[in-house]
Amino acid sequence: MRIFDPHIHMTSRTTDDYERMYAAGVRAVVEPAFWLGQPRTGVGSFLDYFDSLLGWEPYRAAQYGIRHHCALALNPKEANDPRCADVLTELPRYLLKDSVVAVGEVGYDSMTPEEERVFEAQLALAADADLPVLVHTPHRDKTAGTRRTLDVVRACGTRPERVLVDHLNELTVGMVAESGCWMGFSIYPDTKMDPDRMVAILKEYGTERMLVNSAADWGRSDPLKTRQVADAMLASGFTADDVDRVLWHNPIGFYGQSGRLDLGEVSAGAEYAGNTIRRG
Amino acid sequence: MNEWTAQALRQVREDPEAVHRLFPRAERLGGPDARAALLALVDAGAVAALYRDGDAGERLAILRALPGLDLGPAALPLVEDALRTNDARLVAAALGPYGSRWLDDHAFRHGVLKCVFMSIPLASVDGLDRRFDAELARMLADHAAERRAAGREVPQDVLERL
Repeated sequence: MRIFDPHIHMTSRTTDDYERMYAAGVRAVVEPAFWLGQPRTGVGSFLDYFDSLLGWEPYRAAQYGIRHHCALALNPKEANDPRCADVLTELPRYLLKDSVVAVGEVGYDSMTPEEERVFEAQLALAADADLPVLVHTPHRDKTAGTRRTLDVVRACGTRPERVLVDHLNELTVGMVAESGCWMGFSIYPDTKMDPDRMVAILKEYGTERMLVNSAADWGRSDPLKTRQVADAMLASGFTADDVDRVLWHNPIGFYGQSGRLDLGEVSAGAEYAGNTIRRG
Repeated sequence: MNEWTAQALRQVREDPEAVHRLFPRAERLGGPDARAALLALVDAGAVAALYRDGDAGERLAILRALPGLDLGPAALPLVEDALRTNDARLVAAALGPYGSRWLDDHAFRHGVLKCVFMSIPLASVDGLDRRFDAELARMLADHAAERRAAGREVPQDVLERL
């Protein structure tokens, strides 16, 4: 079984996780830029983070046989912090990089005017860079936030097939299915979705434009949730082809629109037969 | 050279600033030699800026291109930066012909020792025979002693230098 986790924050995870992910079938990931659990104090902190997502993290992933791409953006929460506003002027040069396959995570957190302005500005940056967009939907007031998200996408003229609306649940999946956008589901131990509810949604809405992710980060989360969904799908009667579609081909279908996905042999590190992160 | 590269080179000849938006995409759109071709058209300041703003692939391309760029010691800070990373590709590239030519003895010796720690074959260090000295021999011998004390193997390419 091969798995592409389309949303996971590997900078927050250990090399043990990379080992376990590889053993479970994960061969590719996309890491979207998000907040650190602790507010950043300025633009430089973002740039170092972006540089990590373009340098150290893909290198680290490659040591464990996993291809790492990223999505870059000013996240919704910190869109409200004036100290971070100038990230938007730095983003265009970052969006040119080879391993950047989307703009994200963008969208709403607390549904403020600042969040909306930054969301719209980043939809425009994505259009300029010819990249698809990964949109986070809020934890609080999710249904209203998702509806507003779809309105903004429509108003900005972004084609729905270029947009992945993430963190959906039973109450928000229907409107996104109708919109033509891709649908993302984050499978968490306690919150968001669980594997059995995910299978029920796949039975009701089908496997087209459906993406399943672990969204694993520094909080209570599990990078193997993608594999658990795959197993739950098989146990409930989905075929191996269905699983391959949801957990491999759909992420490629969405992020492949960037023209920058590179899923060839993982080469970094293999060169030096390094099976661990070397400490020089 | 493909059409994209030919056009990119024309643009940079007309406006050197154009290199900053072309260089990041050059390998993807222009092929494996496009980045080196662009670097040959710009000055040391631009090379340093491209390195500073570059991802791992861009930095690697710059380090590998340095020997052909005729910059004198001006690009040494880039090599020193690469030697501070934990990316074996960058460290190995930093100890190519340019680093071997310009690094001072202390930095060169530590670069070599870092290769040993990162399992980068010493055969890939440019000019190691020429720059090998008693102090580097002592450092490698101490490293070998530390490995043996821990019950670990000493890499063959280190043993050969003792």
